[in-house]
Amino acid sequence: MSAATQTLDTVQSVTQSGYKWGWETEIEMDLAPKGLNEDIIRLISSRKEEPAWLLEWRLKAFAGWQQMTEPHWARVEHAPIDYQDLHYYAAPKRKPGPKSLDEVDPELLRTYEKLGIPLKERAILAGVDPASIEGGSQVAVDAVFDSVSVATTFRETLKKAGVIFCPISEAVRDHPELVQQYLGTVVPTSDNFFAALNSAVFTDGSFVYVPKGVRCPMELSTYFRINARSTGQFERTLIIADAGAYVSYLEGCTAPMRDENQLHAAVVELVTHDDAQIKYSTVQNWYPGDAEGRGGIYNFVTKRGACRGARSKISWTQVETGSAITWKYPSCVLHGDDSVGEFYSVAVTNNRQQADTGTKMVHIGKRTKSTIVSKGISAGRSNNTYRGLVRVLPQAAGARNHTQCDSLLIGDCCGAHTVPYIESRNPTAKVEHEATTSKIADDQMFYCRQRGLTEEDAVNLIVNGFCKEVLKELPMEFAVEAQKLLAVSLEGSVG
Amino acid sequence: MTAALQRGVAGFLARYEGLRDRLPGDPRPRAEAADAFRRAGLPGATSGRREEAWKYTSLRPVADATFQQPVAHPAGDSRLLARLPPLEAPRIVFVDGEFRPELSALPASLDFARFADRAEYGRLARADSEPLVALNTMLAEDGALLSVPDGVDAGLLLLVSVATDRAACHPRHLIHLARGARLSLLELSFGDGSYLHNPVLEVVVGDDAALTHVRLQNEAPTAFHLSTVYAEIGERGEYDSFGLNLGGRIVRTEAHVRLAGIKGIAHLNGAQLLGGTQHADFTTVVKHDAPSCTSRQTVKNVLAGRSQGVFQGRIEVARVAQKTDGYQMNQALLLSPDAEVDTKPELEIFADDVKCSHGATVGELDADQLFYLRSRGIPDDEARSMLVRAFLADALDAVTDQAVRGVLEHAVEGWWERQAA
Repeated sequence: MSAATQTLDTVQSVTQSGYKWGWETEIEMDLAPKGLNEDIIRLISSRKEEPAWLLEWRLKAFAGWQQMTEPHWARVEHAPIDYQDLHYYAAPKRKPGPKSLDEVDPELLRTYEKLGIPLKERAILAGVDPASIEGGSQVAVDAVFDSVSVATTFRETLKKAGVIFCPISEAVRDHPELVQQYLGTVVPTSDNFFAALNSAVFTDGSFVYVPKGVRCPMELSTYFRINARSTGQFERTLIIADAGAYVSYLEGCTAPMRDENQLHAAVVELVTHDDAQIKYSTVQNWYPGDAEGRGGIYNFVTKRGACRGARSKISWTQVETGSAITWKYPSCVLHGDDSVGEFYSVAVTNNRQQADTGTKMVHIGKRTKSTIVSKGISAGRSNNTYRGLVRVLPQAAGARNHTQCDSLLIGDCCGAHTVPYIESRNPTAKVEHEATTSKIADDQMFYCRQRGLTEEDAVNLIVNGFCKEVLKELPMEFAVEAQKLLAVSLEGSVG
Repeated sequence: MTAALQRGVAGFLARYEGLRDRLPGDPRPRAEAADAFRRAGLPGATSGRREEAWKYTSLRPVADATFQQPVAHPAGDSRLLARLPPLEAPRIVFVDGEFRPELSALPASLDFARFADRAEYGRLARADSEPLVALNTMLAEDGALLSVPDGVDAGLLLLVSVATDRAACHPRHLIHLARGARLSLLELSFGDGSYLHNPVLEVVVGDDAALTHVRLQNEAPTAFHLSTVYAEIGERGEYDSFGLNLGGRIVRTEAHVRLAGIKGIAHLNGAQLLGGTQHADFTTVVKHDAPSCTSRQTVKNVLAGRSQGVFQGRIEVARVAQKTDGYQMNQALLLSPDAEVDTKPELEIFADDVKCSHGATVGELDADQLFYLRSRGIPDDEARSMLVRAFLADALDAVTDQAVRGVLEHAVEGWWERQAA
């Protein structure tokens, strides 16, 4: 970390105030040898006790991946990644599925404490009877500790409603027909370099199936953690909302501080049938690297939802504050007539962080609607890019899109970029795009300072106002955390 | 001289090999350009290779076309002049890329030289990164070198390019406005048959100078028009441009404007009116490299038939360019279910004290407006045409010189008549 700080230099590292969630838990790890080849994939598949079709699917993806080259079109720069220098499988030595508090590793419980998982949820994780905590808002947590889910809660309540919520490896075992029917249908193995890699080596993730007409009785949430030194995480999430179903899924991430860059290439697939709705919210706060950009997570994620049914809806909300590099475009393919896609995003970059994020909305069905609201905040020496595509196919009569992307620059060493693509092939479609770039106005600052707010508080207030449209889309549990995160992420960016 | 048929990248390179000893000027930039062109080829014509700058436009049809060089000019083709607008202004006329003194009326208030006599490539256009600039640099034989001296107002000047069937011309124009100079340049391109017009134009607007640059591209429906403009604007200089794309089969008009001095102004307005199977690409890059500069851009597309309209506009703001004011608006009107519009407005900003915004809209005619006119007894066809004209008139408002605007309006009327026919 740089010790020399110039008075005028507006850049201050998050790490100088201490990365709040930076620590490493010591739990014995079961590591596969470094490197990637067919044997490793066979090892992963056999450790997971997977059926033959899945192994074949993985090998096909791997063969495809070997033919692909890493994409370089995003506005991000990083040292070349040595894919042979990574562990592709790491599992805690404990057996999954603790039955009581005693079975839960105390180290793990302390990890949740540091993570800030609310007491109630920690209690759930620790095996306290769910009946005793009823009344409050219920959040089911499927905790992913590195690669294997070690605790799943609220299983019973969900089971009563007919909702399947489990680690994807369990779903492969218990509901193979569902997994086989949907896996890779939204993001095919050949989709892109990182999706192909994920398909070959994914070790865990969540699976959700909400049956016809069921409104999922609680918010579902998974805390992703990256823990072992130099392991990449390759999460695979698959969420299906059958006709008329509704589910809200929350995903939040923090990670320990470390020097080596870590690769994270997740794939998330969402499917909605007629009248179904999925709301997917993310708060991403992985280690962003130190003030000079050393370390930090590479977050190369493919997230896509398919609105297959008429009148179905997929809504993505994300607050991205972490990672050294974020490369992520949660998208919606609007097949069903009258289906709706939404994307609400706040991306904050500070120090040397790089974010290239946005969305794709593909209008196929008639009268499909999409809304994009993107707020980018750049500080320090960071670069923040919005990259989005709105495509209207000829059959999408009456399609409608409105896009708004605003950028806020804090300091004169950062960059804010907007790259929207609009492709329309239907005259009855209406597409609107607007983008602005500005800084925090002097009069806004003056107004706040004059009323006794510190400069930092004033910036937080203004930034929160700037992001309000997006933050209000988050479920309550996350909205509070997200506001805190914004403040932490921008610490030291003014003054 | 025998007429040789040429095709594709190899054809252009063969032409260069055949001509290289007779081409004017320093041979080194040409040799480098030939290397660059050999490497890059024509964008979109090499399968498996995709370039972001050419995402929506493929020059494969250009690579597949055959050109004949040189084309013999029949005597008395001064009838082409009948197609020039009746403007009382000096004019510089090129036919198939060659300067024609007998058709021109040279201006008195500025210096003019032929590229064929004094080959100057300029220093802005980049042959190494732009394949069309490479092609032009390799094969440019003629062009206009115009220079307006200190403080002189040179008034209106016509730069005319006429082309005939099978011609491939790569004129190289250089326009220099010294401190405080002014010029209003109206560029007209038209012709007959299937030909390639690939001009490169470099503009240097000095401190306090002002250039109004209006381009009317009305090429033959089977022609290719691929033009590249590089402009650099000095302190308090002003570059006010408007491009109207009406003709051509495959069209790309690309402009790179760099605001190099404090308080410079750049306007990059335009309109595209397309029908049939036309494809036109309006691409601009504005670089704010100095503080307190302003850039404004409104580009409108009206797309009928099976046409495809492309707008790519990038505003780049460098770290030093504080107090930048950048605005960009792109609107497209789709008149047919088979038309397509592709829009990519980009902002790339490295300075914090800036005001930059862009907007884009795509849609059909407003149903309420149509209803308003219909309810007053105006037939559907007429009502639609009124609304489209109003949409375009809005864009043409950016052209302030009444005589020049008249020329554009006349050309638009001609387009309507062709559509009706």
